[in-house]
Amino acid sequence: MAEKEIKSIDQATIDMIEKAASDGCNIVFDRAATLKPCPIGAVGSCCRLCSMGPCRVPLPKGKEETPEEKSKRKGVCGATAETIAARSFARMIAGGAAAHSDHGRKVAETFLTVAKGEAPGYEIKDEQKLLQLALDLGVDIGDRSNQEIAINIGEIAMKEFGRQEGELLFLRRAPLKRQELWRRQEVAPRGIDREVVEIMHRTHMGVDQDYRSLLRQGVRTALADGWGGSMIATELQDVLFGTPAPVFSQINLGVLKEDEVNLIIHGHEPQLAEMLAVMAQDPEMIEYAKSKGAKGINLAGMCCTANEILMRHGVPIAGNFLQQELAIVTGALEGIVVDVQCIMQGLADVAQCYHTKIITTDPRAHIEGAIHIEFDERNAIDIAKKIIRTAIDNFPNRGKNVRIPQQQTDLIAGFSHETINYLLGGLFRASYRPLNDNIINGRIRGVAGVVGCNNARVTHDDVHVTMVKELIKNDVLVLQTGCSAMACAKVGLMVPEAAAKYAGEGLASVCEAVGIPPALHLGACVDNSRILIAATAMVKDGGLGDDISDLPMAGAGPEWMSEKAIAIGQYFVGSGVFTVFGVNWPTTGSKEVTDFLFKDFEDMYGGMWAFEPDPIKAAQLMIKHIDKKRKALGIDKARERILYDMAMRRELE
Amino acid sequence: MSKIIASAAIRGAHKIVDRAGKKWQEAMDKWGANEPVGFPNTAYYLPIIYGILGIKVEKLGDMEAALKRCKSLLPPPVRENHPLPYLAPALDAGMATFFAEEIIEAIRYLEEPDFYTKQEEITDNNIWLGAADDVILRKRGIEFVDGTAPGFAAICGAAPDAETAKKIAQELQAKNLYVFMCAEYDNKRFSEQLIEAGVQIGWPVRLVSYGPDISAAVFAMGFATRVAMSFGGIQPGDFRKVLIYNKDRVFSFILPLGYVTDEWYANATGAVNWGFPTIADTPIPEILPTGICTYEHVVSNVPHDKIVPKAIEVRGLKISVAEIPIPTGFGPAFEGERIRKGEWYLECGGGFTPMVEWVTSKRMDEVEDGKFEVIGPEITDMPPESRLPLAIAVEVAGREMEEDYEPILERQIHHLINYTQGCFHNGQRDIAWLRVSKELYEKGFRLYHIGSLLHAKLHQDFGRIFDKLQVKLYTEEDKVREILAKAKAVYAARDARIEGMTDETTDTYYSCTLCQSFAPPHVCVISPERTGLCGSYNWMDCKAAYEINPTGPNQPVPKGEVIDPVLGQWKGVNEFLYKASRGKFDHYNSYSIIHDPMTTCGCCECIAAVLPLCNGIMTVNREFTEMTPCGMKFTTLAGTVGGGVSTPGFVGHGKYNTCQRKFLIGDGGIKRIVWMPKMLKEEIADRLKARAIEVGVPDLPDMIADETVGTTEEEILPFLEEKGHPALTMEPIM
Repeated sequence: MAEKEIKSIDQATIDMIEKAASDGCNIVFDRAATLKPCPIGAVGSCCRLCSMGPCRVPLPKGKEETPEEKSKRKGVCGATAETIAARSFARMIAGGAAAHSDHGRKVAETFLTVAKGEAPGYEIKDEQKLLQLALDLGVDIGDRSNQEIAINIGEIAMKEFGRQEGELLFLRRAPLKRQELWRRQEVAPRGIDREVVEIMHRTHMGVDQDYRSLLRQGVRTALADGWGGSMIATELQDVLFGTPAPVFSQINLGVLKEDEVNLIIHGHEPQLAEMLAVMAQDPEMIEYAKSKGAKGINLAGMCCTANEILMRHGVPIAGNFLQQELAIVTGALEGIVVDVQCIMQGLADVAQCYHTKIITTDPRAHIEGAIHIEFDERNAIDIAKKIIRTAIDNFPNRGKNVRIPQQQTDLIAGFSHETINYLLGGLFRASYRPLNDNIINGRIRGVAGVVGCNNARVTHDDVHVTMVKELIKNDVLVLQTGCSAMACAKVGLMVPEAAAKYAGEGLASVCEAVGIPPALHLGACVDNSRILIAATAMVKDGGLGDDISDLPMAGAGPEWMSEKAIAIGQYFVGSGVFTVFGVNWPTTGSKEVTDFLFKDFEDMYGGMWAFEPDPIKAAQLMIKHIDKKRKALGIDKARERILYDMAMRRELE
Repeated sequence: MSKIIASAAIRGAHKIVDRAGKKWQEAMDKWGANEPVGFPNTAYYLPIIYGILGIKVEKLGDMEAALKRCKSLLPPPVRENHPLPYLAPALDAGMATFFAEEIIEAIRYLEEPDFYTKQEEITDNNIWLGAADDVILRKRGIEFVDGTAPGFAAICGAAPDAETAKKIAQELQAKNLYVFMCAEYDNKRFSEQLIEAGVQIGWPVRLVSYGPDISAAVFAMGFATRVAMSFGGIQPGDFRKVLIYNKDRVFSFILPLGYVTDEWYANATGAVNWGFPTIADTPIPEILPTGICTYEHVVSNVPHDKIVPKAIEVRGLKISVAEIPIPTGFGPAFEGERIRKGEWYLECGGGFTPMVEWVTSKRMDEVEDGKFEVIGPEITDMPPESRLPLAIAVEVAGREMEEDYEPILERQIHHLINYTQGCFHNGQRDIAWLRVSKELYEKGFRLYHIGSLLHAKLHQDFGRIFDKLQVKLYTEEDKVREILAKAKAVYAARDARIEGMTDETTDTYYSCTLCQSFAPPHVCVISPERTGLCGSYNWMDCKAAYEINPTGPNQPVPKGEVIDPVLGQWKGVNEFLYKASRGKFDHYNSYSIIHDPMTTCGCCECIAAVLPLCNGIMTVNREFTEMTPCGMKFTTLAGTVGGGVSTPGFVGHGKYNTCQRKFLIGDGGIKRIVWMPKMLKEEIADRLKARAIEVGVPDLPDMIADETVGTTEEEILPFLEEKGHPALTMEPIM
């Protein structure tokens, strides 16, 4: 693991870490310094699945293991280091897939409630996408109303979670060759919940005890996330709340305002946040804020809920995962509304030092010491108002110890698959052709998805930013989501001007032509499914092979920390994308398992894992892979311009 | 910098849409919503609005919907700092520009009906032609289809001086491109500059002076849009297909000469939607990444002497033009040149002197390749405005040469001489007519140059079927008459031979897929008794074309087993069709309009249609622009049945085919014809009469109704009854 010297490259973060220290407030960076990670758990060599253990089976340090030593390195039940590492890895996938998919399920429930007209304040915002989805899912359109169509779609989506046999419907969106590969490898998921449950069963004491078999189920479960739960979440959110389009906003703690009621929405689901975004504009609420001495209500986001309402409303972002406590440390935060995922329990402790109220809203996520105002989409308006009032009521409690960092950076976000398609050709000629064309002609070397979390074990934002800069310098167009997107936005990589400043000449020329940044913000971590759709669109537009694994493309999670990241990485690998992770690697306790993931997977899936904590070296691995794919496609050399005569025109289909 | 272009284009689009909105409001106030509007004689309404949006603008009030689309398409201005992505909005703005300009131009037709000449040529006091009507579109569009014109250059503004304008125009002409002109720069216009330089302009010479303003650019884009609908068979409103069709098949580009205004940017950006790039002579920003156009989108600062080759390269076009050793320009663009009285130096034929053109085969040792002899006085021996008799005897020899190829080579003489800048040629065989201009004489053109150009071009195009070629040009009357007598005997023998060929006695037919460049699924199968629907290819032509280019669009089709002798269906033809249509069709019938007729492409000379009430068939030629008894004008018919589809009840055919023995014989043949335009009847009168006698109804020509009788079935039926037209007593057609 990389030993870090500085805690963050972000000045606002550094300032607030200092303020926390002087305020005597213990935060994530302090805890990381005092609590070292368990070295045995970190490499996947600890099994605590039954009460005969926990069994620890670490590799001997500093020397090659003899065959005798290896044969003794087993748990009480005889489970090998391979089985233990694979089980642990599979369970991470199950955890991540469960999180994304349960998010997707909640969206589907809301969608259905809205479709039935039982959720006042919500409506179907994107009719076009609704109809597209109906076509994809085989829902009859005819003369039926949007409501009727939406009800069918919602019901079909809900059934995907509990589906017991066959294949998930969205698998049909993948390139045909990929679908065949999944069937051949027996990893086409049957149902979302079923695959997660099956991992929990297979990894129970004494069930599946062949690492290859365990990891196969890992792929199947991850695909149920990427092409299932996550994709359902993204698609239904787009229909419900609008498909994102380019939008201008700001990011970093500087978006908090001295003289307004500051309310942060943190977590992952957009349903409540959507309503808060609307209600924060409500004149009644603004009046109420003024009555408490504030000039207005300043709503800002954090983590992926932030990404959701940034993409659709341009609501500014206060920061990414490692900045959540720091927003409180400013002393200017009246409330932080949280729903699910990536919410540190430390928030409650930090809030003790200031006046901030932690408001939990989801029945699945309570935090000791927080106020719980449960969200219900049937009564969303009132609940949103209640939350905002709670924050406003807290404004007079704001202390003197307020320091909001100056830092805030402009960014352009809102790059959904549909938007990219539009941006490359306008309404009348929308397509991925210009992207493929410029990849083929070499102006763009390839495409990279750089995504994932922050991790307190590495210098905050540094790994993301260094990697992305290296990629774009080498003409690789970068697609981003989650906290990684935020890291790059904070240093100014997500404005169009960044192309001329940071990107290689070829990539810069394309970015300038289209008017896009060299690193595109595609949304929340659940929206990584957009990258799958974009990759498929590239395949379908032609000239870059006939499967995702043929594309000059790579993925990375340089500062990963959550199980969701592993699930995401695995569904990219399972979809044919070479994927590099940083920080540490959770199977290094077994060379066989690691080799299987890093090497054998390439033959099986066309995509494989890699581990490289150094961002420059990791970027170079990605570029090397991209170049390998370019060579296989025969686009590694400059081509002669083809001039067409009439005979060649006749040959056109 | 794309950003500068996008910003300017969006500004320009706002201005143009505003102007269109105001114009429309004024017109509405003055004329009211029900006032008819449109471009002259077209079935495509305002063609861009129709082709892209599918909206038919017939009345002033209909423009409102298009204007609304303009407004919804107009993006906000591009922000200087941290702009949102601008390329796509700029492309949309460019599209809105064209909708708005069509509205502006259509209102101009309403307000100033005589602003444009509304014809192919300029007049003494008006050089602005305006929108091409459907007759021009069909006639000229076919040249886009068969490759005689690969595309067009849309020139905005003006060159620095008239000489430069002339040079650019002639360079484009020599590359066979059409030149569409609009807009002014520095108080000058390219069209006016050409006239100043003494260059003939108008559709016949491919130098089209559309209009004085930038808004006339829509006539060029409208032309392109109609090509997609009429030749590509693309449905109005299927915008994506219309645009991609143009990108792939219509090789055009924009040449702005002079300062590029916001409005020009808006137009140029709009044209990118069609895949047409911009090549500018000024140092405007460039857009080099590819994707919407085939290659670069905007290339700038190109010197005038490089601009034509640069444009062709950027558009991704291959044009091979042979060097012809004559002291003047050469190419199809010069085919339509006129040489008036007082302008010619020498005149031959045309009824004033005897003239004949004859190609004949000789033994190898009788021909000296590249030898051109003038037997009698040369042009230099004559004073200006002289007349001479002329016999052009082309003697060829070669192992592959066959007697059958002689007429094919001979038929080239007309257009090849006509391709010569400064020559006018009409007719063929013994009715030929030639004029050589004074200007051409001054350039050093001599009669022997006719030999040079025929030698060079025939070698280039037909080199595979002969090895040697020499030309003798006789200018003494007795010699000319001697050749004439020999030639006439050969003409008679040839005609008899061709007439004697039948489909039954021939085992091999030929395909023609020339039009697949524009109508991808279309396959013509040409047999001796069914010539191509375009009128340009008969069985013999195809055979020769195959000999010349064995991998070209004319392939032998072994007809194989007869499946249906009456309707004309053969196993071998079906198999070929399946392959050549890329699986779209597995059979059709050569002799029927009712039962799975042959596919039709937009090039057809005539379209036949069933008239159920009359129990017969009508046919209409493309020059006839009025309504026909089937309820559709030619141009609507072509839009409906063209594009390479097989539509029972309708079929395209050549004029010549009308009187061939197999013409729709499966449905009763020529006796079914109950209506055709008067002009067509007159054009084919001799052969029609002969065929009528052959089928035993000598009065048939008089029984066939025309537009003077009526243009509805109800109107012509009493006429047919009165005349006792045979169709009425034939078995029910449907």
